[in-house]
This record gives sequence, C-alpha cells and structure tokens, in this order.
Amino acid sequence: MSSSLKGSAILLALLFVAGAPACAGEAQPPGHYGFGRAPTPAEIAGWAIAVRPDGQGLPAGKGSVNEGAEIFADQCAACHGTFGEGEGRYPKLAGGDLKGDRPEPTVGSYWPFATTLWDYINRAMPFPSPHTLSADQVYAMTAYILNLNNIVPSDFVADRDTLPKVRMPNHDAFVWKDPRPDTATKECMKNCVDPAKVEVESTAEGKDLTPRTTGPLDDMQPK
Amino acid sequence: MTLPDGWHEDVHETKVSGRRRFLLGAAAAGGALIGAHVARAGEAAPPADPEWSQMLGPGVVDRPYGKPSDFVKDVIRRNVPWLTAGTESSISFTPLQDQPGIITANGLFFERYHGGRATVDPAQHRLMIHGLVERPLILTMDDIKRFPSESRIHFIECPANGGMEWRAAQLNSLQFTHGMVGCAEWTGVKLSTLLNEVGLKKEAKWALVEGADAAHMDRSLPIEKCLDDCLVVYGQNGEALRPEQGFPLRLIVPGWQGNVNIKWLRRIQIGDQPWFTREETSKYTELMKDGSIRGFTWLIYAKSVITFPCPEKPAKGPGVYEIRGFAWSGKGRITHVDVSTDGGVNWERARLQEPVLSKALTRFTHEWRWDGKPALLQSRAVDETGFVQPTIAELRAARGVNGIYNNNSIQTWQVKPDGSVFDVQLA
Repeated sequence: MSSSLKGSAILLALLFVAGAPACAGEAQPPGHYGFGRAPTPAEIAGWAIAVRPDGQGLPAGKGSVNEGAEIFADQCAACHGTFGEGEGRYPKLAGGDLKGDRPEPTVGSYWPFATTLWDYINRAMPFPSPHTLSADQVYAMTAYILNLNNIVPSDFVADRDTLPKVRMPNHDAFVWKDPRPDTATKECMKNCVDPAKVEVESTAEGKDLTPRTTGPLDDMQPK
Repeated sequence: MTLPDGWHEDVHETKVSGRRRFLLGAAAAGGALIGAHVARAGEAAPPADPEWSQMLGPGVVDRPYGKPSDFVKDVIRRNVPWLTAGTESSISFTPLQDQPGIITANGLFFERYHGGRATVDPAQHRLMIHGLVERPLILTMDDIKRFPSESRIHFIECPANGGMEWRAAQLNSLQFTHGMVGCAEWTGVKLSTLLNEVGLKKEAKWALVEGADAAHMDRSLPIEKCLDDCLVVYGQNGEALRPEQGFPLRLIVPGWQGNVNIKWLRRIQIGDQPWFTREETSKYTELMKDGSIRGFTWLIYAKSVITFPCPEKPAKGPGVYEIRGFAWSGKGRITHVDVSTDGGVNWERARLQEPVLSKALTRFTHEWRWDGKPALLQSRAVDETGFVQPTIAELRAARGVNGIYNNNSIQTWQVKPDGSVFDVQLA
C-alpha cells in the first residue's frame, strides 16, 4: 500500500512537472499547434532573397561594369546622378569621405560589405519600380557602382563567386557590439552646476527650419 | 465664436431640421417658447444657452467609424518637408504636445516608410518561416490568429528621434524634436511561440525579418531577443493594426529601435549569422568622432521630455503650472523622473502616473509655481537598471555630432517672461 502511494505521488509529481510548461504557456514541441502548412521549395526560393556577406543567397548570373553603366544611366541616374553623385536629396553613391564637419557616407566611403549592395538593389531598387531587374542586371549595376568608387577595376564581372571576395575600404571601421552605456550621468539633486555657468549655447529661435504645427501641413523649404 | 471650417457643413442640416422640429414641438405645446432664453449667436458661457444645446445632434451611426472633433483638426501627424527627397521614404511625427495619456491614438502614431505605405490584402498575406528550422511553415492570417495570443503596451521609437539636434538646437517644436515615438497596446502571438512551433535547429543564432512592402525592409535579429519578448501583432489599441503600422501583421521588438519592428511582416529566415542588410550597415549605424562606426545599437536607452510647457504649448502668465511629460526606456521600467526649472542646477522628484509599464511611455507630472521670470525646464529619467538620462554635452563628448541616431539627451525648454517656449541647448 505504501509503495503504491509512493508510486502515485511520483506519478503526480511527473504529471505536474510535465504539465507545468503547458500551464505557463512555455515551449511546446514543434508542430504542437499544427496550424499552417509546409512551404514548397519553389515558394521558399521565390521569397528567400536575403544575401549574406559570405555569398549565401546570391543567385546564378553575372554582370560587368560596362553593362551596369548602361542600365544605371537608364534606371538610376535621374536620382543618383550619372556618376553616383546624387541629385537633390537623393543619396550620393560614390566618392565622399567621412572626415571633417560634414561627412559624406557613400557606398565607397561607408558601406562595409559589397554583398549588401546587391541585396539592396535587388530588394528595393529602382525606387519607383522595385523587383523589376534581372539577376544579371543587379550584378551589372553592383559592378558599376563598385567601379565608380574605385573598389573594383573596369573589367570586373560581378557574380556569386567574385562579389563576396570584394573588400570594402571602410569594412574595419565597424564595431558590431554596442558599447553603451557610454555616459555616466549622476543623479545630483541640489547645486549640481554653478548657476553662473548655466548659459544657452544654441537656440532654435529665429532659425527658419521648423514647419508649422497648426493649420494645414507645411511644405516649407529652408531658405 | 469662430468655428473651424467644415463645422457648419457637418451640422447645418441637423441644425435646421432640429430647430424646425423644436419650433413645431413648441407650437404644439401651446406657446411654451414664451420665457425661454434663446442664445444670441456667439454666446455660450452662462447664463446663455449655447446653440449646440438648442438642437438635436446627429444620431447614432452618423459616423459608423468615429473620428476626432473638428475642433482638434490641427492635431495631426506632420512632416519636415526638407528632410527627405520625397514622402515614400520618409517620416512623420506624433503630435506629443496634444497626447494626454500614455497611449498614442492610432491615427496620430508616427509613420516611417522605406517604400511607401503598403496596401496588403489580409486574405492573401502570408508569413513564411524557414531556414534553420525543423518544420518550415507558411501561415495565413487566420492561422496566426489561432495561436495563443498576448496583449502588451509598448512604445516604438525611431532611433533618429532627435537626430537633427546633435550639433545644436534646430527645430522649435516638441512634435519635431521628439515626435518619432508612439505607444500602443499591441495584440498578437509571441514570436517564441511561432519559433517553437517550427522548431529551431541548434545552430540557429539569428533571424532575418522582412516586410511585404516595396522596399522589402529587412533586419537581422539575435535569436535570444526573438525568444525573449518579441510579438507578431495584428491588433493595435482595440482594433486591427493600422496600415501605417503594417496591416495586417508587424513585428514588435520591445524596447529596441523602431526600424527592427518590421511592418507588413511576411518572412522570417533563421540562420547562424547576421545578414548585414542595408538598414543595419548603410543606415542605423553611428559614425563616432574617432571614425569608428557603431552597428547593432538596437536598444533605446532611457529618455524623457516635458510635453507641457513646450514650444507648441506656451505658458500664459505667472502662476501654478502642472509640468507634464513622458519618460521611457528600452531596458525596462522607469523608476523616477526629476524635473529642473533652472537649467539643471536643482532638481525635484516628479510624480509618476500609473501604470508604469516596462518598455512603455510613462507619464510624469510636477507642480511648478512660475514667477514669470526666465526659466529653463528639463526632465531627467532613470530606469530600473539605474541608467540616468544624459545631457547633450555628455553625449557629444562620448560620440561627437555625426551619429544621427540614439540621441536620448535631456531636453531644455527655455521659458521667456512672456510665456513663449524655445528649444535650446546649454553649454
């Protein structure tokens, strides 16, 4: 009798342990709910467009700098300028540097990975008509923009093998670990700063930058 | 009294018919009009009986989907036209100066698009989860809504909020200096539930999350965060997610920069390393003064701002004011907020208003008796990790002025003797 009681207790304990995660809404085994269905390989291939620096995700195909120049002139130059110099507020793609008061981040001066360029053109460009370029065209445009930045020679042909090997000039500037907190403000409550040293260093007053916040939407441009 | 445009058009018909009915009714009652006070146009304060009290209003379902009063038609999202080349890849700002509580109205929640606002048919929308998983899945919206659901209140802040203010005070407006933030109750399924359902392989370390918009906006997220507190949501403040927020489905990554909260979520790919997408290399990275560039700075650190008084809501003469504002932190709850009216010389503890929720906007108030002299108003938030909101000078000393993102500095509002308020920065 005592052994069967003990057995029941163990059984109860096991049930409790087994039941606990479900009660707490924690991990269920894969397929527990059974909703949805498995995607076909074709469905995955159609949507899995992301490309990594090691080349994973790059499709077959290739494109040269010269081919890219033609497509770029036709599809991109209106916003980015013939040589990637940028029109109006659209992004400059080539040249520039990060020194001085007004750094100019471009593909050449800033971007750490060449594969990102292929991914982004394929993913989001041309801005008004995305997802209209063939893989060959995206390779060609990538080659052209890299060449504009003097990163690859004019006879460069971009494909799934050559692109991951391109080393970007600014690659080593990136730190992929958040160093914050990088401030250590004190919770001072009284006489925290010398009142004589409290002075206004800059003010938005009088600067012609702020759109109105009453009435209809503003279309102001700074003078 | 001046009525806003459209007011008369809205009520004119009802007013006429209501008035006529009233007069007919009065006649039938045998001259009951005698002695009744009829307000003259423009009179509403006592003893007058205002005109809206003398007519029937529109009936139920006059507006089957309600909208704000026409008297607050100026309370809208606004943009800075000179900031971006067009509106399809741009941002609009929440009018925080008119947000009374911690919840941002769905129609006022700031927008950020990279390829315009996608119009997605929920019947055709799919979420695909694949990569380093045991059972890849395609889910319909109906499938997603069958999973166990959860509602939570969280803020979303674009890390570029305040990005125009690194070099100097630039924009004289609360809406434009701090309006890239909003807070809502989000309802959906925990991302961990979906990832458990597909079964992560042991090499699974990162997730690529991607939208169905024209830009197929995508980011890499560490799997630990995905399994911690992320939500895949279809509900926002008591209704379906708004198109501006990614209808029918978006990701919520509590406390992390807005950009990773992918809208129109259509795909999650599991991998063993990050993808280094355009939005986590070319953008949403921070150029430091030493030339190094910080990436993967996802967390929103503690921040606060006074929403009254502010440039849009000036003071009106000496007397008692309730200073009001919001504080928030991506690391958890706000523990306290201090307020200074003398530019940071002395501080007093503000009152926090319940609810004080993790990774949500938290309201603070502080009574201030203004003597009419120039004042410099500041608020300073502290979160449950003990992190203290820094000054802009401290941030500049640590990072320089070219980082664009993650400006969580103490805001200073200068109050002039006439009550007007200006965005300033102190030395």
